[in-house]
Formats: sequence, structure tokens, C-alpha cells
Amino acid sequence: MTTGSDASHDQARRFRDAALPLLDDVYTLARYLLRNAADAEDAVQECYLRALRHFDTYRGPEIKPWLFAILRNVIRGEFARRSCATLTMDGDTAEDADAIPLWQEPPPTPESEILHERDADTVRRLVAALPEPFREAIVLREINELSYREIADVVGAPVGTVMSRLARARCMLRQAWIAVEEEEGLPT
Amino acid sequence: MTCAEAEILIHALLDGELDAGHAHEVEAHVGCCPHCAAELRGCRELRRAMPAAPLRFVAPTRLRRSIEGTLPSAPPRVSNRRSVLKGFAMGTALSAALAASLVVAVVRTDQDQRVLGDVISAHVRSLQPGHLTDVQTSDQHTVKPWFNGRLDVAPPVVDLTAQGFTLIGGRLDYIDGKAVAAIVYRRRMHVINLFVAQGTASAQGAAERATVQGFNVEHWSTGGLAFFAVSDISPDELRDFIGTFEAAHVP
Repeated sequence: MTTGSDASHDQARRFRDAALPLLDDVYTLARYLLRNAADAEDAVQECYLRALRHFDTYRGPEIKPWLFAILRNVIRGEFARRSCATLTMDGDTAEDADAIPLWQEPPPTPESEILHERDADTVRRLVAALPEPFREAIVLREINELSYREIADVVGAPVGTVMSRLARARCMLRQAWIAVEEEEGLPT
Repeated sequence: MTCAEAEILIHALLDGELDAGHAHEVEAHVGCCPHCAAELRGCRELRRAMPAAPLRFVAPTRLRRSIEGTLPSAPPRVSNRRSVLKGFAMGTALSAALAASLVVAVVRTDQDQRVLGDVISAHVRSLQPGHLTDVQTSDQHTVKPWFNGRLDVAPPVVDLTAQGFTLIGGRLDYIDGKAVAAIVYRRRMHVINLFVAQGTASAQGAAERATVQGFNVEHWSTGGLAFFAVSDISPDELRDFIGTFEAAHVP
């Protein structure tokens, strides 16, 4: 046993301790970004391989955003082509989407707006139906609970952009939510 | 403050991301603007109705096990025992390690030659008709999963067609008595075999080069994997291939 392999075992153990507890978080983000369980598994697997490979260069205070950024790179690099029909990461499309002015229509009867709690499947479906990059912003904030600064680091956009994407994402989600309630004829 | 600004900033307010000055401005605007007050209520409603926990997914056990399997094993039992030993046997351990590494250095030279011989043989065998690939496709997403269950490593498979190295497919091969992945690329009329085997996680070094029987071989290790690239293309082109490959599969 040499000291070199001790060091690598030590590094593997630190990686295991730091990154494995976040597997569900990384998998959750992959599921929302890819909207497909099999692709998400492949992406997460590749993400962890890359993360381990680059763990010796990891210096950040928070490992979660770091892992998310790697996952995003994996998805952009290897999966974007495969799922391009449903997934557009922030290329031209996303910038176009950002350029559209913020949702101006006031939601119907906002004064008395009560949103009924929905089962997880319905909410997941509503979130999954949001276009990129709004889906990404809302998942990182609401489900993965990152700060604006962390989201900005993960998606490589200014905090201001994150803020406006999030505002628009919530508007769209609210409208979709209200639409579900109206479909079901529930009192609002 | 305009409504357009407030409509964005109320989200930052709810998320606790505004400094006191801005928070005060937004609150002042909401206090006198019924439209934005309704927006704020609507956003609060959404947050109330959308708790994060049930929206999470749980990673499948299969995935968890598979990722644990790819991590270099660091059995806690061994490290516990080692930490007990450390207390009184550090000097002994160090000199033992030194002695071991001397032995390793002597033994390795022979082993390296044998491995190099295996690599060349495998390359030559692959060039015989019908031996090049087990899975023949230029789709990296077909080649990579094909190795699942056949090997204890997940070899990185990247399509480098755009960079002038066409992915042809993959096959299983044997180097040093162990099953390894062979990923096959073509450069013009030349075949490049890229062998990927389990390496030691600590090995992270510059490439070692050799020329055997007219074939150029490059060997390097990264991320717990050992790589051998073999071809009859020039050493410069082979280095170019490795640079391209490394750049493409590292984020």
C-alpha cells in the first residue's frame, strides 16, 4: 500500500461523503430538465463520473451548485442532441424567450385567487410543461432550493436574468395551475 | 418604482433575496398598487400550494448502486484499521511503503512490457477481417451502454467525427488477463484502438509513449481509468487524437 493510493482513497471517501447524499437532488434536476427517467439516469451517472474526475479541482464552498453545473454540462453536451425536440438549453431560443416581455396579462380574478393544493404528479406535470429556461429556474429555486447567486452560477447567467426568469416562470406556472382548476370546474 | 420592476422584484422579496433598501421600495409600491399587491398574494399562494418535498424524485436504487460501484472503493473497515495502526506504527508504515514502492518500480517494468505487448497484439488482432468491432455504430449512445454489464468500468465514449476521428464502434478485448473496453476510431484509412481499463484512482500522469512493431502507443491515466491508444498513424496525429478525446469527454 503506497501513500499515493491512500490519498486517492481519502479523496474518493471525501467525494462519497460529499456527493452521494446529493444523488436525489441531482437526479431530481435531471428528471425535470430531461423529462425522461432513462435519460436522467444516464446523465446523472455521467455527471458523477465527471465530478469524481474533477473532484481534486473542486474548491467551492457548496458542492450542490457545482454538481448541478456539471450535470448541466453533461446534458448540454451529450443529451441535447438526442432530446433536442423537447429540450432547448440556453442557446438562441432561450435568449429569444428572455427577450419576450414579462407576462403582462393579469391572472384572472387575482383578488380572490386561491390555489388548491394538487397532488405531486399534477404539479410535476405543470412544471415539466414550462419551457426552458423557466423550468430550470423554478426547479433550481423551488425544488432544489438554491439561492439566486447559486442559480446564476449554475446556469451561467447574471442574477438579474435569473430573477426575471423566475418571475416569468412563476407567472406561467400560476396560470397553468389556474387553468387546471378551471378545467375541473372547481370554485376559485 | 414601476409595476414592471415590482412584478419581478416581488419574487426576490418573497425569496428573501432583496437588501433592506430594495425590500422597502417594493413593499411601498405594493402598498399603493392594487395590481402588484394582487401579484404578491398570487405568488404567496403558489408557494403555499407548491411544497418542494413531494416534487422531488428519488434516485432509483439501481442508479445509486451503479454510481457507488464506479467510485474507487474506500472500504471503511480498512481505513479504521489503518487509523488505529497510524498511532504507533507510522514510521514502520512509511518505511514499508517506501520498500513496497521500490519493489513496485522493479516489478512494474516487466509488467509494463507485457501490457504493452498485449496492447499491440490486441490491436493487430482487431485489424484482421471481422475482428474490429462487436458493436458497430457511430452513435456514442449505442456504444457506451453496450459495455454495461460486460465490464466493471464505464468507458467514456465520444464521437469525434467532427474533429476528423470517426467513431466506428466498440468491442471487448483482453489486456493483461483482464477484460477491457476497446473503442474503435478511424482516421482516414487508419484504425485507432482506444483501450480503456480500470486504473488506479491516483494515477494521473502525462502520457507515456512507445513505438512497437511500427505501431505508436500512448498510455495515460485519468479519473481512475487507464487508457491505451494504438494506431499506425504518426505520433503527432495520435497525440492530436488524445488531446481531442480528452477535451471532448472532460466537461
